[in-house]
Amino acid sequence: MSGQTATIIGTASAAREQPPASLVGPWAWARRNLFGSWWSSAVTILLGYLIVRWAWGFIDWAVINAVWSVPVASNPLDTAAPCRQMAGVGACWAVIGDKWRFILFGRYPYDQQWRPALCILLFIALYGVSANRAFWRKELLYIWVATLAVIAFLMWGGVLGMDYVAQDQWGGLPITLILATFGLAFAFPLAVVVALGRRSTQLPAVKFLCVGYVELIRGVPLISLLFMASVMFPLFMPEGLNPDKLLRAQIAIILFAAAYLAEVVRGGLQSLPKGQYEAADALGLSYWQKTLKIILPQALRMVIPPLVNNFISFFKDTSLVLIIGIFDLLTAGKVAMADPTWTGFSTEIYLVLAAIYFVFCYAMSHYSRSLERKFSRARNR
Amino acid sequence: MMRQTTQLAAALLGGVLVTGFAGTAHADGSGSATLDAIKARGMLVCGIDGNTPGFSLPDSQGVMKGLDADGCRALAAAIFADTSKVKYVPLTSTNRFTALQSAEVDVLIRETTWTMGREASLGGMFAGINFYDGTGFIVKKAAGVKSAKELDGATVCVQPGTSTELAVSDYFRLANLKFTPILIDNVAEIQNAFISGRCDALANDSSALGTFRATQANKDDYTLLPDIISKEPLGPMLRKGDDKWFDIVRWTYFAMLIGEEHGYTSATIDSQMSTTDPEGRRFLGLEGDLGKALGLDNKWAYNVIKLNGNAAEIWDRNLGVLGIPRGINGPWNKGGLMYAPPMR
Repeated sequence: MSGQTATIIGTASAAREQPPASLVGPWAWARRNLFGSWWSSAVTILLGYLIVRWAWGFIDWAVINAVWSVPVASNPLDTAAPCRQMAGVGACWAVIGDKWRFILFGRYPYDQQWRPALCILLFIALYGVSANRAFWRKELLYIWVATLAVIAFLMWGGVLGMDYVAQDQWGGLPITLILATFGLAFAFPLAVVVALGRRSTQLPAVKFLCVGYVELIRGVPLISLLFMASVMFPLFMPEGLNPDKLLRAQIAIILFAAAYLAEVVRGGLQSLPKGQYEAADALGLSYWQKTLKIILPQALRMVIPPLVNNFISFFKDTSLVLIIGIFDLLTAGKVAMADPTWTGFSTEIYLVLAAIYFVFCYAMSHYSRSLERKFSRARNR
Repeated sequence: MMRQTTQLAAALLGGVLVTGFAGTAHADGSGSATLDAIKARGMLVCGIDGNTPGFSLPDSQGVMKGLDADGCRALAAAIFADTSKVKYVPLTSTNRFTALQSAEVDVLIRETTWTMGREASLGGMFAGINFYDGTGFIVKKAAGVKSAKELDGATVCVQPGTSTELAVSDYFRLANLKFTPILIDNVAEIQNAFISGRCDALANDSSALGTFRATQANKDDYTLLPDIISKEPLGPMLRKGDDKWFDIVRWTYFAMLIGEEHGYTSATIDSQMSTTDPEGRRFLGLEGDLGKALGLDNKWAYNVIKLNGNAAEIWDRNLGVLGIPRGINGPWNKGGLMYAPPMR
């Protein structure tokens, strides 16, 4: 920018000349930032060398020497033989070629897997629509209900000529998306209510209840909540009368997420100046009018970064259902690794799993940044 | 339709809900509450591991394969004459007994070792043994170790919290040898630790070690030590208190063995229908009412073999392909320990 200003001030003939290469352009930037001193130059060269070396090694392994497919052998244990010859030298992407449908859809009946595939697309479309502020009105709620109903239709089936598929056969990415989406969709409103309850001055019983809930849930790790849902809870129920394992895990996740989100929301509520509350009271607004129209819109806006932070962490935390035997994305990947045909190629599967998680988490954080920018316009004006 | 409507309502509310309640049904009153519940539900609920090759592991198409999974299928064949009527519930080693006690599963076929404690204090009982396993060691051939007695001072990789861990420490204490355990929970990680040389020996059930060795590119670099240091008889576990259900599970396992003894396979059993062998005729449901007495169809044993195969077929397709020799898991008349009482 400073280079441009300089040219405008100069004479007409000088204006056509470019500023010297030592001041602008990538070389100048590199000289200023990467090679400013001998110390900085040394670090740059060392890091550059390491990065290039590592990247080259990775490309070598992941692309150049990789085995992309293997012929089917008569003995299943020999199928991976071409991969084993390249073990440590080249990646074996053939394992993904063989297992990708299992990783994505788990034990869902093979010839019906277009249904969970469609569900994944529906989930993504739902996120896309919800992210668009043009859709932020009451209709969005109907869209959510309708989409989730269609997803339930597709997953369970049993109508329109689709086979019924019990949810013990669901697995892979749809399970992760279901746990995360329903978890957050239910936890967030609950969190707002709990946060409001915790700040209530007129209802001490409600306040006590909310404080107790938050402290109790935050005091135990998610893993122990899941264990309780999966191991202890059934013992208290009459024999045979037991909600499904997936539902129990889902409820545990909702309760856990809500306790954490409630504290985030409470932080937002506390950061609002008292004047906002008093102004609303002075206008004669009722408690709910004040809360819904004045307090929450400002408070929630303020806590977008920590909220998204929690969303991302809960999205990944859903993989803890591994320990109670639910086939979410990570579990499906781990089960795929256990196949003796492909033992020793877990790195490839982990890389693919990481890429899938990354896409979703990065999309979330990217979106939250754009949201912050939009909302902070008023403040930065 | 009623069921679907309920499910849809549930889906709208919570999305993830309901497997119909397996309450008490009184269909025809077979005398077994478990069997009645299974029949009313139209589905056998089978607790499995779901993560162990050879025993129960989904293949690339998501179909559950393995010795334990085939045990579930055999039961479904005996009850429904349809091997697809099984709901597999993957259970971990920690929540398996709760699932059984709380009737979340009808039967637990999950490489569970038959021990006295589990029968005396856990409220379970074992209907039989489908696999005789035992803790063993695998070492690198280069180490030149020929027997577990030579492992003095060795580092041994074991999974924490398993019966293997207990067996290994007992063994070394009894033999007055020293060892350093390296505890790693994850199977793949522990195998990598052994391959990379972090430990001198890897201890596990010998079946798992056999699979591990068979899947290595350089399998001849590894030696399975001949010592089996513990008894690990694995079998289907049930809740106590339903003797009729116990009979069904036990005799379904026996039927697979008797089928093997008679040489009935899923492919050839149809050609045996004119047999004159009295036990064979009872087995095939041509004579007697033994099936009815169990609360099943008289052709139950025929269905078990026809739809799911005999013990040898099941072994070959699940463990034989992994290169595990049948050994003591063979029938009694071929040097094994598998022995079924007569069907008469």
